[in-house]
Amino acid sequence: MSKVRVLVGTKKGAFILESDGKRQNWSINGPHFGGWEIYHMKGSPVDPNRIYVSQSTGWHGQMMQRSNDGGQTWETVGNKFTYEGVPGTHQWYDGTPHPWEFKRVWHLEPSLSDADTVYAGVEDAAIFKTTDGGQNWKELQGLREHGTGPKWQPGAGGMCLHTILIDPTNHDRIFIAISAAGAFRTDDGGATWKPINQGLRSEYIPDPKAEVGHCVHRIAMHPSRPNTLFMQKHWDVMRSDDAGDSWVEVSGNLPTDFGFPIQVHAHEPETIYVVPIKSDSLHFPPDGQLRVYRSRTGGNEWEALTKGLPQSDCYVNILRDAMSADSLDSCGIYFGTTGGQVYASADSGDTWTAIARDLPSVLSVEVQTIA
Amino acid sequence: MIRVVIPAHLRTIAKVDGEVELDLNGPVTIRAVLDALEAKYPALQGTMRDHVTGVRRPFIRFFACSEDLSHEPHDTVLPDAIINATEPFLIVGAIAGG
Repeated sequence: MSKVRVLVGTKKGAFILESDGKRQNWSINGPHFGGWEIYHMKGSPVDPNRIYVSQSTGWHGQMMQRSNDGGQTWETVGNKFTYEGVPGTHQWYDGTPHPWEFKRVWHLEPSLSDADTVYAGVEDAAIFKTTDGGQNWKELQGLREHGTGPKWQPGAGGMCLHTILIDPTNHDRIFIAISAAGAFRTDDGGATWKPINQGLRSEYIPDPKAEVGHCVHRIAMHPSRPNTLFMQKHWDVMRSDDAGDSWVEVSGNLPTDFGFPIQVHAHEPETIYVVPIKSDSLHFPPDGQLRVYRSRTGGNEWEALTKGLPQSDCYVNILRDAMSADSLDSCGIYFGTTGGQVYASADSGDTWTAIARDLPSVLSVEVQTIA
Repeated sequence: MIRVVIPAHLRTIAKVDGEVELDLNGPVTIRAVLDALEAKYPALQGTMRDHVTGVRRPFIRFFACSEDLSHEPHDTVLPDAIINATEPFLIVGAIAGG
């Protein structure tokens, strides 16, 4: 029988939640790396028991961990992330030049074909790659050096590269997103990159239609349609049907089009999920009601999903890497909150249950469906 | 042999309990202690000082014999009490917990 493993990164450690395919009874294993911030953990699609973890603190910086047995044991792997060449400067919050400084790994994206190959998105924004299971990391500097880097600037959470999507039909095509620079694409395995932000409009920057400078919060893709991308931007939910060459807004009837995560249903490429959040500065659900919004039409027409979610006095946030899906026949959707809850739906979002209620503030949620 | 105390998080990373004992060849300096510590426990590389520049991480402090050596040059020779292991060299996480 299939099993579901939910990898939860929190501000104070990692937790692994497991259930059988019914998804009714969950075990919670952890904390792993207690006291450390776990920005992200993700398993290899080639070998689900190979799990990579980004572990950091302000005291000791970045650590990287790897498991070869599904999270039962861990080994420390390489934590040396050094920018290639002279890193140069990006814009600081006040517009002045600021030197590139490595701070942490935000996102890990294991290769679709090799368990030893992983991409890492880091702050200050850059993409690194390992081909030896995490022992050594090398920057793909073509992204940072392609020309617009001096115009990039940090979002409120830092200048992070937080999204990495690999085209399952062409592994040399990779999409990434940076807050606040925008979305970028490579078609040659990371050697060269170009901005793909045409159609984005951001009123909070001097030129709302600028080539770069957009605060993209998250991009999602269904593996069967790699040319279709869905984006949750700082404001606006967007979609592209030409691999990011152009974008159109699909916010439609959302109560607010601000949010962080965006997720695609495992079996329905036009069914997508967002969690609207009140902003700019509030960053909690409107009216104290935690509502996931689902569109079955690829955007524009949205319905609120509330059954099982708190509908009063709820003021948590859901961060950009904290939503995921399983691939069982009845698709499961999962998300974690800054209040330490992990909610799961085994019926595509119709009903929700808290499968963990009192964890530290959740930074990331990844789901593995294990046959 | 000298004695070194490292922060709790780093003891977990290094998989050690209590004090660490190091054998050093040559002058017992801050740099020599860090070099020996990282050589014996490679997982600690980058957790106390920068991989490339060797600069102490901002939230790491060094103490010896009740003296704060955090801002001393890393080639500073440590006191006799450290060299003869009467006292441990202390690597401490800055108090920044709230």
